[in-house]
Amino acid sequence: MNKLAPFEWIAAIRFLKEGRMQTIFIVSGIALGVGVIIFMSALLSSLQTSFISRVLSSQPHIQISALDEFARPLRPISSDVIPATVVQQPAQRLRSIDQWQNIVRELELRTDIAYVAATISASGQAVRGDASRSISITGIDPVSYFNIIKLPDYIILGEPRLTSEDIIIGNELANYLGVTIGEKLNITGASKDVRVLTISAIFDLGNGGPNRQSAFVALRTAQTLSNLAGGVSTINVTVNDAYAAETIAREIQVSTGKKAESWIATNAQFFTAVKSQQISFGIIEGFVALSVAFGIASVLVVSVTQRSKDIGILRAMGTSQMQILRIFLLQGGVLGFLGSIVGSVMGGLGFLIFHYLVRQSDGKEIFPFELQPVLFFITMLLAASTGVVAAAIPAFRAAKLDPVVAMHG
Amino acid sequence: MVEVLRIERVCKAYNTGTPAEVEVLHDIDLTLQPGEFVALMGPSGSGKSTLLNIIGLLDRPSSGRLFINGEETGKLNDGELTKLRGHSIGFIFQSHYLISAFTALENVMMPMLVDHNFPTDEMKTRAHDLLAEMGLKKWEDNLANNMSGGQQQRVAIGRALAMRPSLILADEPTGNLDTVSTDTVFDMMRKVNLKDKTTFLIVTHNLDLAKRCDRIIDVMDGRIVNSK
Repeated sequence: MNKLAPFEWIAAIRFLKEGRMQTIFIVSGIALGVGVIIFMSALLSSLQTSFISRVLSSQPHIQISALDEFARPLRPISSDVIPATVVQQPAQRLRSIDQWQNIVRELELRTDIAYVAATISASGQAVRGDASRSISITGIDPVSYFNIIKLPDYIILGEPRLTSEDIIIGNELANYLGVTIGEKLNITGASKDVRVLTISAIFDLGNGGPNRQSAFVALRTAQTLSNLAGGVSTINVTVNDAYAAETIAREIQVSTGKKAESWIATNAQFFTAVKSQQISFGIIEGFVALSVAFGIASVLVVSVTQRSKDIGILRAMGTSQMQILRIFLLQGGVLGFLGSIVGSVMGGLGFLIFHYLVRQSDGKEIFPFELQPVLFFITMLLAASTGVVAAAIPAFRAAKLDPVVAMHG
Repeated sequence: MVEVLRIERVCKAYNTGTPAEVEVLHDIDLTLQPGEFVALMGPSGSGKSTLLNIIGLLDRPSSGRLFINGEETGKLNDGELTKLRGHSIGFIFQSHYLISAFTALENVMMPMLVDHNFPTDEMKTRAHDLLAEMGLKKWEDNLANNMSGGQQQRVAIGRALAMRPSLILADEPTGNLDTVSTDTVFDMMRKVNLKDKTTFLIVTHNLDLAKRCDRIIDVMDGRIVNSK
């Protein structure tokens, strides 16, 4: 007997050891449940990380632009006359953000903001011979913009070089126009000026829309094409905590008086999907945990019946009801803890194998392998607590047993 | 000298207040002095086991008073009764009732462990000495299930003595044993009684054994009919 172990612990462990087969079966059952929870939690977490990184790799956390133009109502003629007006909303035109350099400087001073990049987003036309297509032109300063959107990572041909004579286009646009790197394209912007630009690189963002319609040019080139000399239409921001983007966007809107939209607001549907996924996984995990708890409780109920004579003799030799209670609560806790250790290993290994076997057609991983130690810690703690809670009813039953009745079975 | 046990007008009834009420013990008076070795006899259903359970503080009387070493037990709560039982009374049962998950040595240590909560070297030494006294030194590391009935009963005697109780209650301790084992177990109890002056109250159907006790108490229909 371990001198550091109290009586209740010694008795609980001996009882579990003696009912070896029973203990092995219930620990296996708990391990399966815990394994499923670990596997599903890791899968959910990895899928979310993957989704979020995909969403964020092609868009900034916050976009700042000039406020929309709106129709100003006429001043009423007098308080007695109600004008019957029809308000026509003005068309939105591409406008520069007033004092954008100052705003960029201010944003760069904030500690919760990682990167800032001013850009122009405009529409245009790409023409080569008889083929033409409407495109979305983004004028960028490569040094600052590539911190926010990792465009170089998606380049499949050429170099991410952007002088005032260069253009980077998507692979589907290149196919449509029948061009490749080093070749020329005629680009027409809002200014109606036609610029001849050289294709320096072709990208594949993994998304048909941008691959068909997006093009990147130097900021100065975009300013010329869109008639916004010296101006920018958008300030893109990356924040340190992507989930704080909405709060920071509101602060920026208040401090600058400009329109600031976070990725959370512009991807509301995505977040609804993530939330729904979390809820459905949570429900499944809850039911698995419940079945684990019932398993522990049922085994301990049987154990109390089997051990009624032992309980009776222990009570006769002076064991208190609280001591009996603790013996059975401890058994529940130990079963939960042992099951959670085995289950954590099973769940972790299962997820590792799943991650290794389930791949995209090109062999790339579908989601990153993300298994956080805290997940194991929380699961073990929860499993042990579930064991103790599940053991409560059988333990109370054992403690309340009349020793005389118990000894006679 | 304070009596080890004194019972005054103890009654025990079941299903009280219902039409099925039945009284199994009627106005029992009994006193046991330190060092007495007493047999309790009576036919099945006479109330011996109920009386033993009440004396052993496993059951409460419906009326009457019970004193253990001069302490009245009627006013004690369940926790205090449990404590008093653990310190003052040892039990030996017909079916041995060793805890099968533990070895012979650990079974003997059990009452001390229950009381102190953590195992100590002193407990081990005490259990070791008791098993040696019972002639079971070789068997101390055996699990209860790997021992004969007689050996198990001797372990049970050792366990009953572990806390040095003033009173040992033995409910047909030789009921399941062969003649040789019966004599061995009985002699062992008598030896302890003479050596330590521990009081024994032994329920038995064996008249030969009862005659070897200091006193025989006969119970019939819930009453003590003879105490000589």
